[in-house]
Amino acid sequence: MDIFQTLANHLFISIWPPYMVGVGIGILCWLAFLLSDHPIGVSTAFAKSAGMIEMAVRGPEVRNKPYYQENTPAIDWGWMLVAGLFLGAFTAAWLSGDINWKWVPQMWEDTFGPSILLRLGAALFGGICVGFGARWGSGCTSGHGISGTLQLVLTSWIAVFCFFAGGVAVAFIMYRII
Amino acid sequence: MLKTLHNRTRIQYFLGLAIGFFFGFLLQKGGVCHYDIIMQQLLLQDFTVVKIILTAILTGMVGVYAMRDAGWVRLHKKPGSLGATIPGPLIFGIGFAILGYCPGTSVGAVGHGALDALIGGVIGIMAGAGLYAALYPRLKERVLPFGSFGDKTLIDLVSARNPWFVIIPVAVFIAVFLAVLEIVGL
Repeated sequence: MDIFQTLANHLFISIWPPYMVGVGIGILCWLAFLLSDHPIGVSTAFAKSAGMIEMAVRGPEVRNKPYYQENTPAIDWGWMLVAGLFLGAFTAAWLSGDINWKWVPQMWEDTFGPSILLRLGAALFGGICVGFGARWGSGCTSGHGISGTLQLVLTSWIAVFCFFAGGVAVAFIMYRII
Repeated sequence: MLKTLHNRTRIQYFLGLAIGFFFGFLLQKGGVCHYDIIMQQLLLQDFTVVKIILTAILTGMVGVYAMRDAGWVRLHKKPGSLGATIPGPLIFGIGFAILGYCPGTSVGAVGHGALDALIGGVIGIMAGAGLYAALYPRLKERVLPFGSFGDKTLIDLVSARNPWFVIIPVAVFIAVFLAVLEIVGL
């Protein structure tokens, strides 16, 4: 009874200990391999969505692009995973009353000011680099950072090193030098 | 392996949605869908992101390899090369710091109302992925295959006879690293 009570209370707490969250994500990776024969990965769904939007705008010949021949722009397991990710993240924030509509994160505002346009411009540029780089390297912080590294794949360990090398370097330039 | 289940398309869509739901739930509860937490990690001030990733790797690695030994799962290894695995992830890393979210956490951040994660993150990442699809034919022939190292694992790299000769030391290393983070108070 106490365990259920504790678990139920946890649903309404904003932040869980990182080790509990990490073990939970590790177990989800087991389930993804066991039940779906899939590793957890997020960035492929973005490429498929981009292809689907391009198809809606420019017609079905988009499918003939070499990239989309290898990565069919259609809804699949990975796309459903990302849809679920949104619903789960929303539910978690909603249960603990943490939904705050916000254009500019606090830390950004303290350093770069409250301009919404500046933040959105930077975020859009950063997002384009993230999408472009994730596809160039065939994976993101989920596909390489968790699923690939846990299989001890060399590609994924090198990719994660580069994610953080690039990220730490630019973060220091943004917040320590500028 | 559960082949019959793997071939049930509709059930698989539901499983994808369900696993994604819990993944998003955990990312949100872990606090890693917040710009400030991610940036403090990249500034090496707050190690929440690293703690979650390393614990997930440790847990996932032991379970997935044990299930593979039992014949329940197969591995899904991505091949790589110097031309794909160095420049792509470095561009990703640069964007990661400027955006302040990665693809998964940008979707999660929209779930708590971060509109910069919606406009910059979700839309920008889709645009970047579309841009890559357009440039892919130019990279495909020469850049991507350059310096290929295939889908080697760290186990292959040291030619270990038994995979657990690598898995256990990696697990111990991660555990010690996390313990050190706690001891120094990060």
